[in-house]
Amino acid sequence: MAIDSDVLVIGGGLAGMTAAIAAADAGAETRLVTASQSTLRQASGLIDVLGYPPSGSSSPTGADSPGGPVPRGDAGAPADDSRGPLVDPFDAVADLPEGHPYERVGPDAIRDGLAAFDAIVEGYAGGHTDANALVPTHGGAVKPTARYPDSTAAGLASDGRDAVLVGFSSLPALDAPLAAAHLSEAGVPFAVDGVTVRFPGELRADATATRYAELLERDELPGGEVEGASATAVSDGGREAASCRAVLADRVADAVDAADVDPQRIGFPAVLGEEHPTEVRAALADRLDAAVFEVPCGPPSLPGIRLERQLRAALRDRDVSVADGRPVVDFQATTDRVDEVHVESAGGGTVPMAAEQYVLATGGLVGTGIEADREAVREPVFDCHVAHPGDRYEWFADDVFGDHPFAAFGVAVDRSLRPLDAADAPEFANLRAAGAVLGGYDLAAEKSGAGVSLATGHAAGATAAKGA
Amino acid sequence: MRDTDSSDDRATDGGVDADAPDDPGPDAGADAFDPVQVFPDSGEMDLRPGADSCYKCSTCDTNCPVAEVDDEFPGPKFQGPEQWRLSRDDAPEVDPSIEACSNCMRCDHACPTDVPLSQMHNTARGTYVDDQLSTFSATYLRKKILANYGRLGRLGSTFPRLTNVVMGNSLVRSVTDRVLGITNEREFPTFARQTFRSWWAERGGAQVESEERRVAYFHGDYANYNTPDVGKALVRVFEHFGYEVAVPRQRCSGTPMFANGMLGDARRAAEVNVAEFGALIEEGYDVVCSCTSCSMALRQEYPELFDIEGIDRVAANTYDAIEYLRIHEDLSGALAAASATDVPNLAYHAPCHARNQGLAEQALAVGGAIDDVAVEDVGDSCSGISGTYGWKSPHYETSMAIGEQMFEHMDAADAETGMTECPTCAMQMEHGTGYEVRHTLELLAATLTEETEWAE
Repeated sequence: MAIDSDVLVIGGGLAGMTAAIAAADAGAETRLVTASQSTLRQASGLIDVLGYPPSGSSSPTGADSPGGPVPRGDAGAPADDSRGPLVDPFDAVADLPEGHPYERVGPDAIRDGLAAFDAIVEGYAGGHTDANALVPTHGGAVKPTARYPDSTAAGLASDGRDAVLVGFSSLPALDAPLAAAHLSEAGVPFAVDGVTVRFPGELRADATATRYAELLERDELPGGEVEGASATAVSDGGREAASCRAVLADRVADAVDAADVDPQRIGFPAVLGEEHPTEVRAALADRLDAAVFEVPCGPPSLPGIRLERQLRAALRDRDVSVADGRPVVDFQATTDRVDEVHVESAGGGTVPMAAEQYVLATGGLVGTGIEADREAVREPVFDCHVAHPGDRYEWFADDVFGDHPFAAFGVAVDRSLRPLDAADAPEFANLRAAGAVLGGYDLAAEKSGAGVSLATGHAAGATAAKGA
Repeated sequence: MRDTDSSDDRATDGGVDADAPDDPGPDAGADAFDPVQVFPDSGEMDLRPGADSCYKCSTCDTNCPVAEVDDEFPGPKFQGPEQWRLSRDDAPEVDPSIEACSNCMRCDHACPTDVPLSQMHNTARGTYVDDQLSTFSATYLRKKILANYGRLGRLGSTFPRLTNVVMGNSLVRSVTDRVLGITNEREFPTFARQTFRSWWAERGGAQVESEERRVAYFHGDYANYNTPDVGKALVRVFEHFGYEVAVPRQRCSGTPMFANGMLGDARRAAEVNVAEFGALIEEGYDVVCSCTSCSMALRQEYPELFDIEGIDRVAANTYDAIEYLRIHEDLSGALAAASATDVPNLAYHAPCHARNQGLAEQALAVGGAIDDVAVEDVGDSCSGISGTYGWKSPHYETSMAIGEQMFEHMDAADAETGMTECPTCAMQMEHGTGYEVRHTLELLAATLTEETEWAE
């Protein structure tokens, strides 16, 4: 006897969770299964829609790609590159090539996806305009993005206030002097310097990002220690000396005094708390008498973790049943419908799950929703068709930052997001795909990963609920 | 999504990879690698595929409850793939920090590329205890005692009242703390006056016979010696659905032994369990567990760590009891048709080992199906006790720091009774909040069966 639901979503990343929320909001009894934690925890937490037009749309393929040099300020691009960054992603949507996920679902679906995101998630900015914001990231690059966490809001590159970036000597995630130099070189419209301080408690060099967040959130020093303990025992000074935020603020203030810039805003690696980042930021801003912002860093990423936490809570609020760590290993179908999928249980047995409608949101090459070996590229759950050249030397470009065909490998879909077989017919009438499992776009180059997940996830979930 | 074939790459000392060094197997093609022996004398274990799958995203580290609060602990990425690489050449010593891993196994479920982290930790811990820890040390003695709780349980249950008084004595606890390093901050669990097995024998075993519906109950030591009401609840619920229940001879699942690096002890226990339950599977039984760490051991750790005949079959046919009912019966329909009076609001904590089996939300679904019962989730944090971990004096503070988030969420919940499926999580919940803590099966029994009331 299969575990039943109206809609079964396979995949627990941004696209899958968005799809499940949309399906539940449309009244469908919805279930979600995931093979492992999603790559959302490695993501910056920024919601990009389209930062650069893809090659082959409105401009020639330049030698520079977005992965290369940083844009020189918000005025635009490296001088000889007409490809971006885009001021308004919606201006470029009409020119996208056929088969691009946005071309499939249309601009209204992008807006619907963003509107759904804005309704679900708290603590994000950017909804007041269609235009891209420019968020400085850990390498000193500037990322064009449609929505961004409040924690990064004071850091925008279009803001004229002078800034100092602060790195922690034990945390390699942000090399502040390097990032600041990179931003200056890019011609940002403000003065910026970078300083490095020791984090209170002298954490080990490989302490995890969550350890920093925990200490700042609890406002404790490691082991409940007190800075300079013996000197300042029972006094206000004693309490201060036991406060991670106070000790950190003192060290930052000293370092900023010695910096070349007198800042109105100060940027930190994005580890300022996990559950209550607003409180941590406000406390530091108060002590430093400057605006405080987070600089998104590489994985593991607290902004990504916070976003996942919010979306998980939204699933719970909607009574979406979630089974984690449960890969789909097999399925049964009649000619044009998926009847049930078989989900691996902890002991290696399988549990059947059946639904009227299915959404495939298993991720791309990194999320393992698309797999490749030396012979072929495939979609492992339903074995949907993935177009790719037979000769694997045609899968990639020789230039590291070139336009790699592999980056756009994925399933092709019709306009209602049903995966298509090699003859362009739907693989199954009741299966839709969303997010990075889709082909036809290079999310890293064009900065569209989150936007595609929201637009296609929302559309797939809502359509699936209608069909159920 | 992983595909079915790659799950066979799980390195084991048995199963498909046991013969890998000599026989590359049918899948070997141009891309076959030369397996590397990490533990030369074992001649069996090959963890290389797992180590190679790690692309160092550190997602495991962000899931590690110990690394979040303990500055000495380098995290699962180091303990797993990095330590494996470091230990390959002339530096076979395992870093002692492996002892600070609590074996919550959250990293397994965190990993996007299926690196078998807990398997790496279990084997490294086993090597550390075997090769680097003196068998005359107090640490070793503590491990031996905690890992073999069942022996203590058998003794304690023979004279439950006496044992409860002695173990509650402050002088005794002070000695166990100082000499053995077992914390005196915690109350020892009380032994039931009648064990589950004695109750089972007294009632004459199974009360329902069935050819089609048969389950063999793995109760483990704790439900037998300490919380027989959980075992009784399981029996009554399954009999309510028409199942014939068997309670075969069994030993500890091995969970505390893995966690203490006592792989030899664990293997001996596993051999008994695989033989007993394997025989019943042949007769059409499926195995059900009430403790989510026991089911985790039988399903995942057994085939990862041991090469015992029939072990994969036992793993594939073992289920959590509630999971089993949800798959095979219309559990939510039955619960919706029944009602539970006298059941207070419940603050539910999902044990890590339930979470790792994809079962974190089932108790909420079960509670949601019953009228008049409110089950509130207290969040996804680890309780911090992780079996015997929080019983060790040096880990007590870490354990409580990890638990802090759960305690806060329990306090904030509109409930003053806790619920979970793990006996040591229950201890931690009680210890941190003073709440009484019950098992989800007790809620099912009180709702569905006549003979079970929600007694205090």
